[in-house]
This record gives sequence, structure tokens and C-alpha cells, in this order.
Amino acid sequence: MPISLSDALAVVADHRGDRIVIPTMGAISVWPQLSDAPSDFCYMPSSMGQGTALALGLALAQPQRGVIVLTGDGSLLMNLGSLVTIAQHPADLWVILLDNGQYEITGGQPVPGGGRTDYALIARGAGLPRVYHFEDADTWRQSAGEVFRGTGPVFVWLRLCPRQGQQTPKPPRPMAEQIDRLRRELGVEPRAKS
Amino acid sequence: MTGPELLAGLRRLGFTHVVYLPDSETGRWDQDLAAAGSPRLIRPTREGEAIGIAAGLMLGGAKPLVVLQCTGLFESGDALRNVVHDLKLPLVLVVGVRGYLAFRQGQSQDTCPAFTEPILQAWRLPYHLLQPAFTRESWEQALESIVTSGKAGAVLLPE
Ligand SMILES: [Mg+2]
Repeated sequence: MPISLSDALAVVADHRGDRIVIPTMGAISVWPQLSDAPSDFCYMPSSMGQGTALALGLALAQPQRGVIVLTGDGSLLMNLGSLVTIAQHPADLWVILLDNGQYEITGGQPVPGGGRTDYALIARGAGLPRVYHFEDADTWRQSAGEVFRGTGPVFVWLRLCPRQGQQTPKPPRPMAEQIDRLRRELGVEPRAKS
Repeated sequence: MTGPELLAGLRRLGFTHVVYLPDSETGRWDQDLAAAGSPRLIRPTREGEAIGIAAGLMLGGAKPLVVLQCTGLFESGDALRNVVHDLKLPLVLVVGVRGYLAFRQGQSQDTCPAFTEPILQAWRLPYHLLQPAFTRESWEQALESIVTSGKAGAVLLPE
């Protein structure tokens, strides 16, 4: 039985500790109901596929914090090479792949290879040392302690139930506010105005 | 400009990371960048990814420089749009313009140099086009003017 998005993210919320969490795309429709910490950064408006790259940069800049990125399958497929880069530049980064086999917010169209692509094999092939795959909520919840122990990079592939009728989610606050809030939390000087 | 000269300038301007996809000109800096330790070299797989990594670095308080070729600039359009205009982060790019010298002399079949400046103008990214055989001083001046503006911008290297 695939995992619901809410169940998948509730486990992340329980185990994130003080790590920075970067929800992208469909995850932004659920995450703010689970957490509104200053170390949450809902990446919207985004450039689709860049969540893993942005998370790597943040993890390299803030090595003492650790970063969790919540990415969709459609997004990851746009930037599969980023897994190679993550393996090449080790950091405390947890990539949580929320695989529902669809482009959820554009109407549920299938992604290429939906249900057939072996993302664990891709992640291992990219050189990532710690790779997990869960297809049911109970096993994911029971294993999460181990997944979030130790150091990154870690890749977690969660097989999710597809959802229909989803709209583009709204982030909990405007981007400028999110950035200022995150940077205050990290003790980084305010964003230069562009 | 040699690798050691490049590194001295980047350190003086406070860059902490170089996110780098080499072309045949900037590729000459590779060994010096790799050996430097500071700024730290990051090797991404494509240019849009490079800009995403730079965005994360900037959010986390680091100061990255992204080095890419004009072909990669074309590839990275949506990432650039997002980081510069949605996130409003002061992204600093160095863009190698392949075939620019031949293009200026009307001797190039390469379409890259024809599109580089119009693309940057379309994305509303200010840029400095260095002269052929630019000096270390002119390179550093161009980079420094972007850094001190606190805004995003690019330095174009004619090749
Ligand atoms: Mg999906």
C-alpha cells in the first residue's frame, strides 16, 4: 500500500530535529500544516528541478545544520545529474523523493517511467552511500530513526499514492519574508536588495 | 590571467565557492581552482544546477561565483530567472563567450556569440563585456563593481 503524502511528511516532521527543511511543489500543500519553523524554506516560486541543487548549496554553506529536501519525481527527473553532484560533494543532506508517478499540480499527468524507474538504483549508481526505499507507511515510520541518524548524504525513495485535483500550492509567506526569516535563524546577514 | 592571479582576486573579493563548468578558455584555471581549497571548487553537472547550488550557498551566507560558457547560460535560463528575479539573490556569473572574436570580425558561423548579450538583456541581468586580451585589473574591476552593487550581474569573457 503506497504511502499518503501526509503520512510521509509527518514522519519527516517528527525526525527533522533542527535541520533545515526545503519542501518543493506538492509537498508545500502539506508541510506548513505540520511545521512553521524558521528553518523551513518552502521553495515556491521555484525553478522546477532545482530543489536538490539549492539544498546542496545550503548544506555546504551551513555544514553544522543539515538539510532535508522534499522533492517530487517529476522534479528529480529534471535534474538527475544533481545526485552525482551531491555524491561528489558530501554534506549532511537528506534527499526525500516523493514518488507519486505523476505531475501532480498540472493535473496528474504521468511522469516518464512512472512505476518502472528504480530510483534507488539510480541513487546508488550516482555514488550515494546511504539509500533507502519504502513502499508502506509503517515501515517508513519504523525505519525513520535509522534514516535520520548519522551523516549525509542520504537518499530516501518513498512510493506515494497519487492525488487528483491538486492546485499549485501557496507558500505560507512571500519569498522575501521566507528568506529573511531563514537567514535570521541561521545568523546570516540580511539579504542584499536586488 | 593565470590561475594564481585569478585566485588572488577571488579571495580579495571575498568569494567562498566557485561553481564551475569549464570551457576551453576558463578550463585553464581548473587545476589551480581544484588545488586552492579556498574558494572551494564545486563541480555541477549542468549550468541550471550550478545556479541552483549558488542560490543555496547564498541563502546560507556564502558568496559563490558561477563560471560557465554562453551555451550553458542558454541552458540555465529558468534557474537564472528564479534566482535573480524571484529570490532576488545577488548572483554573480562569469560567462565565456565562445567564438566572440571571430563573430566580431564577421568570420564566425557559431550562433552562440550572437545570442549571448540579447539573452542577458532579456533576463534583465546587467553585464560587463571585457575587451579581448583583458587584463587582470579590468577583470577584477568588472567583478568588483558587481559585488559592491549588491545585485546580480555577469562578466563576459570574449573568446
Ligand atoms: Mg510527482
